[in-house]
Amino acid sequence: MERYRFLRHTADAKFQAFGATLEEAFINAALATASLMWDWEKIEKKIEYRIEVSGKDLMQLLSSFLEEIIYLLDSKMFLLGFPENLRIEKKGGLHVLKALFKGDKYSDKYKIHGDVKAITYNEMEIEQSVHFMVQVVVDV
Amino acid sequence: MELKRINDHTWEIPKEGDMKVPALIYTSAKLLESVRRDMTLKQAKNVACLRGIQRKSYVMPDAHQGYGFPIGGVAAFDMDDGIISPGGVGYDINCGVRLLRTNYTERDIHERRAQLLAEMFKAVPAGVGKGGITRLSRNVLLEVCVKGAEWAVENNYGTREDLQRTEEGGRMKAADPSYLSPRAVERGIPQLGTLGAGNHFLEIQKVSEIYDEQVSRVFGIQSVGQVLVMIHCGSRGLGHQVASDYIRLMENKFGTRGLPDRELINAPIRSQLGEQYYKSMSAAVNYAFANRQMIAHWVRDVFSKVMGSSKGMSQVYDVCHNVAKFEKHKIDGKDKEVCIHRKGATRSFGPGREEIPEVYRSVGQPVIIPGSMGTASYILVGTSDAEELSFGSTAHGAGRVMSRHEALRRFRGEQIKQEMESRGIELKFTSWRGVAEEASGAYKDVDEVVKVSHKAGLGKLVAKVVPVGVMKG
Repeated sequence: MERYRFLRHTADAKFQAFGATLEEAFINAALATASLMWDWEKIEKKIEYRIEVSGKDLMQLLSSFLEEIIYLLDSKMFLLGFPENLRIEKKGGLHVLKALFKGDKYSDKYKIHGDVKAITYNEMEIEQSVHFMVQVVVDV
Repeated sequence: MELKRINDHTWEIPKEGDMKVPALIYTSAKLLESVRRDMTLKQAKNVACLRGIQRKSYVMPDAHQGYGFPIGGVAAFDMDDGIISPGGVGYDINCGVRLLRTNYTERDIHERRAQLLAEMFKAVPAGVGKGGITRLSRNVLLEVCVKGAEWAVENNYGTREDLQRTEEGGRMKAADPSYLSPRAVERGIPQLGTLGAGNHFLEIQKVSEIYDEQVSRVFGIQSVGQVLVMIHCGSRGLGHQVASDYIRLMENKFGTRGLPDRELINAPIRSQLGEQYYKSMSAAVNYAFANRQMIAHWVRDVFSKVMGSSKGMSQVYDVCHNVAKFEKHKIDGKDKEVCIHRKGATRSFGPGREEIPEVYRSVGQPVIIPGSMGTASYILVGTSDAEELSFGSTAHGAGRVMSRHEALRRFRGEQIKQEMESRGIELKFTSWRGVAEEASGAYKDVDEVVKVSHKAGLGKLVAKVVPVGVMKG
């Protein structure tokens, strides 16, 4: 199964990410987001950030989760290589996501080719049929 | 959806369903084609359904699909019954444009264009992941958010005259950074004094045509060939975070049920959350003003160094493209304060408005409309008619017609650079991919956009400028 696919959108970047589980679809959405800025496959996994986000529904959870990537870039110059040990649980009325972001600090050896300003709810979809699919438009 | 043609440059979506007012689209038959292809008109209709909306939901000539509100959307809301919406401002709060004039002509700088551009590239940090030159403490950042461009001037970036020639005097007084999240502050600290990436740029330009000599002289633009410098950037990660934070807070407080688009989430202006958003947004606006003030200062330094002097490099104006503010407008014949949202639109006040600097009050404010990479940009002047037509607003740029991904497939950065160089335009950038994504072929024709603005009376043509050197983040 392909991880993600980009679709047409006038001004911004729109993608669909796939997975056999919701967790896998979220991982691939993170990779799609990272791919707009750098080549995630080329990032060495030297630094880790433990992240925990929550949302009152899955869309809010997805948007909070993807926002971590931009936040860590802007504040720590961290480039995500891969989100590991990703788990989604329901606690009380909230969906909670925990993951371990592995990657490296930005340096001259890495090339950044684009910017993602924000994750939006525009045309956001989270679907389950045989597999899971999440669709996201990001502001670039 | 019914779309009624009013005249050559105005179309209307009459009130239907949940719409509280009609939607009015300033466009041309040609521009309408691309507007109809995406979600722009549906989004203009959605805005017309929001509580407390006044007169009409307006769409500017460069409009394209946004989130919630269209880009190029203008809407005003009643202060007591109306709403304020982060989606009506956009993620890049106070993304805007600053224009500097010079005493140089294109001939004066011709031999040293490449050097000017190279020095600017050194002086102004650009691109993703590039921190600023300054390392700020948290307290200094909060001060920047309170004082805006005033903070920059107090710290020797530019002059008091620059402040007078900046929308809001470079400082929105409502700003209160104590409502910013720790994350917004953290993202803001390393990025002050940086250009950013995407469509942001710094351009050395020359005047190629003057349409209105009297007004252009008032703006400090005297002759064809005169060199100008344009700076296009915004509030960086701090502003983006404010938008995301308040969208989430408003969702949690008011829920998303009944909203045709989740990005239309809003709060009553007079509610606690509405007021907190306005104060935080104003803080981000100020951050962006300070950002452009610092960059303008470095640009002058570069001219001093390379050309020997930066004398006469005064500021023409600095305008916001993404903002919400409280302004007085005539509604049903009476002066009324409203909360106006301009998302991808420029304020376009005509003569007499007290908000515009004294030097321009007799002619109207300068309106700066950047084109896409390698194409012309325009200087317009605000009109009194615009207040009636669009709450004193006009277009803000060319407006995309093609996704970045599509642009990447169709254009090659190398080819674009070559093609620009063959037209005498120098180009410096941080990423080849960024160059391809911003290809002018991915944008609407800016010439057509300003023509509609001029004909509809939203903003009148003053001068056309073309690039000689482009620096892209």
